[in-house]
Amino acid sequence: MSELVNERSATAAPILEVAGVVAGYQRSQVLHGVDLDVAGGGVTALLGANGAGKTTTLRAISGMVWRRGTIRFDGRDISRLRPDQVARLGIAHVPQGRGTLARLSTAENLMVGALRRRDHPGVRADLQSCYDLFPALAYRRDAVAGSLSGGEQQMLAIGRALMSRPRLLLLDEPSLGLAPRVSLEMFRVLRDLRAERGLTMLLVEQSVGVALDIADNAVVLETGRVTLRGPAAELAGMDEVRRAYLGS
Amino acid sequence: MRAVQQVIDGLATGSIYGALALALVLAHRATGVVNFAQGQMAVFSTFFAWSLVKAGLGVIPAVAVTVAASLILGATVERVVMRRFERESPMITIVATVGLLLLLNGMSSLIWGYDLKAFPPVFSGGTLRAGGAAVSITALGTFLVLVAAVLVLYALMMRSRLGLALRAVADNPDSSALSGLPVGYLLMVGWGLAAGLGAIAGCLVAPKLYLDPNMLAGVLVYALAAAVLGGFDSPLGAVVAAWIIGVSENLAATYIDLIGNDLRISVPLLLTVLVLLLRPQGLFGRREVVRV
Repeated sequence: MSELVNERSATAAPILEVAGVVAGYQRSQVLHGVDLDVAGGGVTALLGANGAGKTTTLRAISGMVWRRGTIRFDGRDISRLRPDQVARLGIAHVPQGRGTLARLSTAENLMVGALRRRDHPGVRADLQSCYDLFPALAYRRDAVAGSLSGGEQQMLAIGRALMSRPRLLLLDEPSLGLAPRVSLEMFRVLRDLRAERGLTMLLVEQSVGVALDIADNAVVLETGRVTLRGPAAELAGMDEVRRAYLGS
Repeated sequence: MRAVQQVIDGLATGSIYGALALALVLAHRATGVVNFAQGQMAVFSTFFAWSLVKAGLGVIPAVAVTVAASLILGATVERVVMRRFERESPMITIVATVGLLLLLNGMSSLIWGYDLKAFPPVFSGGTLRAGGAAVSITALGTFLVLVAAVLVLYALMMRSRLGLALRAVADNPDSSALSGLPVGYLLMVGWGLAAGLGAIAGCLVAPKLYLDPNMLAGVLVYALAAAVLGGFDSPLGAVVAAWIIGVSENLAATYIDLIGNDLRISVPLLLTVLVLLLRPQGLFGRREVVRV
């Protein structure tokens, strides 16, 4: 394991601290000691080949798999909480496959994201700003969500996560299965969200170039361990990243 | 005039099927499960109400207490029994509800016995007459309670935050948890509400059918047919379908000699099959379109 830099490039204190986390499914252990920080207002990219444990890392944070080790959100230990409890603390997880509530309408999917909130005027305003961010959703607001295209469903999933006003957004391969043009548009929105609202993100992404472009920091996983970490700009130029990513 | 009377009687029987169909649809909407034990839970609740009446309580207060107790019964059944099967395939949950049906049937027999029991009417026993047609106050009352229940259910499921949360959890529990919804609690609430509605259905039909452990076994078949015909997600659809079933059954038995009383049960079921061939989503159901 090679540490590229000692000091973190983002100056803010970490909002999420993951240290020595092991996790997995039933009897198969996937993570063998993962450490990573996400700085408040920053974007951290989580890279690695298929099966390296990227998705499992996100699931360990949100409590969807068994896990041991330290997971702190805003200084608070969340390693024993259920997924709904983690979500209520302000972590919104957009899962792989988008988690669309297929039989509910587009508008209802978005409102599910805001069900825990009590500030009705704020919810209405956020619903409108979701439609402004993703105009396609506004056209299909009364359509059954299962009938939306892949790109629309991905935007819906991100919109639903935003409706909870998250303090940390976990994104699991948002560009998976999307047409390049749609994927580009989605990353433009994510970049704007980051710039305008200071939205903190932990991003798992197959398109390494796009991921390193939006992120400040990146962490590379290999078979459940961190093998490389550092500022995104530095990792972007490294052969090791491509090798690790391709798994060779 | 005979036809009008047949239609009225059909609506009255249809209302009985509709009451149970409504509980089935509520359970399905709120928990994603087709609960074959819904009728048996309702019978259990009705026995409980009968015991309260026997202990000296009035019928209306006894029904009110029973509905409240059934909310707890339903939630307990979810927490203790169904929680173990919710992650499994739909086939396994269905088998679990069938097991629950047998268990509750046996428990009812054990506690209250097999003999038929007269359940006091919830409404007064009179009959209304208008232009040669007659309708009993009980049938009219059942009909009106059913209409009210549809309206309340619609408001609950489609217009309230709780309804949205219940539908989200029924659609995809894992995904709903990621939005902060307490899945286990909401499933308990869903089962509780369906059991409460089932208790109302049981107490409404018990005066007509007489109370015994198998009171709703036949009704369950019609109620399932009505729920499927109506679209399984639509409370209004289930009730309208139940009325269609009740009326078509009555008219066919009266006017088609070949069918008479012996074959009447086949008419609504054949009708259901025919409709589903043309409209698989049911009369009022939303067609499921899934893209990946």
